[in-house]
Amino acid sequence: MTDEIALSMEGLSKRFRTSGGWNIAVDHLSLQVRRGETYGLIGPDGAGKTTTIRLLLGLLSRTEGKSSILGFDSMNDVYEIRERVGYIAQQFVLPADLTVMENMSFFANIQGVTREEQKNHIPELLAFAGLTDFTDRLAGQLSGGMKKKLALACSLIHEPQVVMLDEPTLGVDPVSRREFWNLLGNLRAEHGLTIFVCTPYMDEAERCTQIGLIYEGKLIASDTPNQIKHLVAGELLELTPSRFVPAQELMTGLEGVLEVQTYGEKLHVFVDQANRRMAQIEAALKAEGITDEGIRPIEVRMEEAFISLIRRQTNTEMKPAPEIALKGRV
Amino acid sequence: MQKSRQRLVALIVKETMQLLRDRRTLMMVLGLPLIELFLFGYAVSLTVYHIPTAIVDQNKTPQSRDFIQALVNSQYFDVTENLQSQGQVVDEMDAGHVKAGVVIPPDFPTDLENGNANVLILLDGSDSFSVQSGYSAASIVAQNYSIQLTAEKIDQAGAAAGSLQQANVMPITTSIQVLYNPDLRDLWFILPAIIGMILQSMAVVLSAMAVVREREVGTLEQILATPTRPLELILGKMIPLLVLCLIIIGITLGLGVFWFGVPFKGSFYLYLWLSLLFIASSLGLGLLVSTIARNQRQAQQITQMLMIFSMLLTGLIYPRNAMPALSQFIGDLIPLTYFIRISRGIVTKGVGLAFFWGDALVLLIYGLVVMVTASFNFKNRLD
Repeated sequence: MTDEIALSMEGLSKRFRTSGGWNIAVDHLSLQVRRGETYGLIGPDGAGKTTTIRLLLGLLSRTEGKSSILGFDSMNDVYEIRERVGYIAQQFVLPADLTVMENMSFFANIQGVTREEQKNHIPELLAFAGLTDFTDRLAGQLSGGMKKKLALACSLIHEPQVVMLDEPTLGVDPVSRREFWNLLGNLRAEHGLTIFVCTPYMDEAERCTQIGLIYEGKLIASDTPNQIKHLVAGELLELTPSRFVPAQELMTGLEGVLEVQTYGEKLHVFVDQANRRMAQIEAALKAEGITDEGIRPIEVRMEEAFISLIRRQTNTEMKPAPEIALKGRV
Repeated sequence: MQKSRQRLVALIVKETMQLLRDRRTLMMVLGLPLIELFLFGYAVSLTVYHIPTAIVDQNKTPQSRDFIQALVNSQYFDVTENLQSQGQVVDEMDAGHVKAGVVIPPDFPTDLENGNANVLILLDGSDSFSVQSGYSAASIVAQNYSIQLTAEKIDQAGAAAGSLQQANVMPITTSIQVLYNPDLRDLWFILPAIIGMILQSMAVVLSAMAVVREREVGTLEQILATPTRPLELILGKMIPLLVLCLIIIGITLGLGVFWFGVPFKGSFYLYLWLSLLFIASSLGLGLLVSTIARNQRQAQQITQMLMIFSMLLTGLIYPRNAMPALSQFIGDLIPLTYFIRISRGIVTKGVGLAFFWGDALVLLIYGLVVMVTASFNFKNRLD
C-alpha cells in the first residue's frame, strides 16, 4: 500500500493572460506523492505554490499537462476529489462571523457528514485542535494560531485521505507553528494521512518526508530533505568579515571557491575542500587588511542548498543571479 | 440528493446567521425603505403649491381683483409682489424673488364681455415642476372663471327673454373625471412604484454583494474546495435574501396602507406571487452583476448606475411613453419597468392578471434567463 500514488502531476502548466502577454505561473511540473507521505513544496513567494495547489484541487483550470489526486482527474472529477481531500487556503478564509462550533457544523454538513458522525467527530477534532474551550467564540476573534487550527479541524471533518495546506503557518507565532506541525505529525502517524504542504519556511521543510523545490514555476529538485542537501557540491564555510562588501568580492575570485552566499552579516562560502581552503581564505583576507571573527566549517542546511540549486538553475539559463527572499529564520 | 439537501440547508443557515449578525447592513436594509417612504409621504411632493407670484394689475377693477383672488384661492399662487409692468416681473424673476407673474391688461372687463379676455401668465422655466403646476393651475382657474362669468352672463341675458345667440357665447363646460386617484394624491401614484424601486435596489445590491464579498474575502475559495455545487451555492444565498425582500415588502406596504392610508384595491395574494417573481429577477440581475464585478467597489458602482436608470427610465416618476425609443429600450431591460405597471395595476387600480399578464410573463422569462445565465457564469472554479 505504501507504494500507492496519492497525488500525481505530469507536465502540469498554468499560464495566466496578463496585459503584457502571458504569465507562466506553473511550468511543466511533474512529481508524484505516495500515500502516507508528507510532501513539502518549498519556494519563495510567487514561485507558483498556490497556483499548483489550486490546479490540483481543480480550483483553477490547467493550461497543459495532467494532474490527479487518488486517481481522480483534477479537471474532470472535481467533486470526487473535493469529497476526499481537505484543504486549507493560504489566508484565513473561514466565515469570520460564525463561531468555532458553527464553523465546524457548517463544514460538516457541507461535506455530507451525518448527524451521528458529527456527534462524535466534532468534539474529537475540537479536542485535537485544542479548541474545546472556545466553541462559542467567533472565528474572526481567534488568535492567528487558533485560526489555523480551526481551519485544520474543519478540513478534517469528513475524514479526508489527503490534506492540502497552503502556507498553513503564515502569520503564526513560533510556538503555535511548532504546535501546528506536531498536530500534522500526529495525523500522519495515527491516520496515515497524506499531506501536501506549501511553505516558504526552510525549517518546515525538514519536517517533510519528501520535498520539492519550486522556483519561477519550475520544479528544481524533488527528493528527501537529506538528499536535497547532498545535491549541493562542496563544503560550507562561515565567516564574519569586518568589511563585508570587499570581503564578498574577494571570496568570489579565490581559487577553490564554488559559491558565495550572504547570510545577514555573515558570508557562507562553498569550497571544494574545507580544510584546504580555510587557511587560504584567512591569508587572503589578512592581505587585504580585513579582520575576521573566526572562520569555521558548518553543515549545509536547506536554505543554502536551495539558494545554490536555484543559482545553478538560473546560471544554466544564462540569467542574472536572482535575489531570493527566503524565510529561513524563525 | 440527500447530501445535496443537507448542503443547501447548511448554506441557507450560514447565510441567514451571517445576515442577522451583520447589524449595520441589516439596519440599512430595513431602515432605508422606511426613510424613503417617509420622504415621499411627507417631504417630497411632485405638485408645487404656493408659488411666489408677482401681479401686474393694469385694470384695477372688481373683475380683475376677483380673478386674482381666484388664483390665490386655488392655493397654487401666493401674491408676494404688486408691480407695474411686465418688464419688472421679468427682473424679479431673474432675481429669483418670484417664480410666476400674472399680467392683467387694462381692457380686462371689456374683453371678458366679448369673450376674448387674455391674461398673461409668466412662469420660471428653470423650475420645471413649478411651471407644470402653475400652468395647469392657472388654466383651470381661468377656465373656471370664464365659465362662471359665462354662466352669469347667460342668466342676465335669459332674464331679458333671451337668447344664447344674442349673448354670442356658448357655455362650454369641460368635465374631467380622474379615475382611481380622484384627489390626485402623489403618494397613491408613487407608493406602488417606490415599493418596486426599493425592492429592486435592495435585491440587486444584496445578491451582488453576497457573492462579490465572499469572493474578495476568500471564503468562496474554501467553500468551492468542498463538494458544494454552484447551484446549491447560489440558492443558498438567494433564498435568505428572498425572505428578507418579502419582509421589506411587508414593511413598506404596511406603512403605505396603514400609516399613509394608500388604498390597496387588488388581490394581495396575486401581489405577493408577482412580487416573488420580481424579486427573483432582481436577485438574478444582482448575481449577473457579481459575475462582472471584480470587487465590491465595482459592484457598488454598477448597481448605482442601475439605480439611476431605474429612477429615470422605468416610469417611476417620468412617464415612459414620452421618452425617445432608446430610453424606452433601456427601460425595457430593467425588471422594475414591468413591476411598476403590475404594482400600480393591483394597488391603485385593483385590476387582475388579465390586464397585465404580458408584464408578468416578461418578468417570468426575465427571471429565468438571468438566473440561468448567472448560474452558467458561476463556475466551480476561481478563474
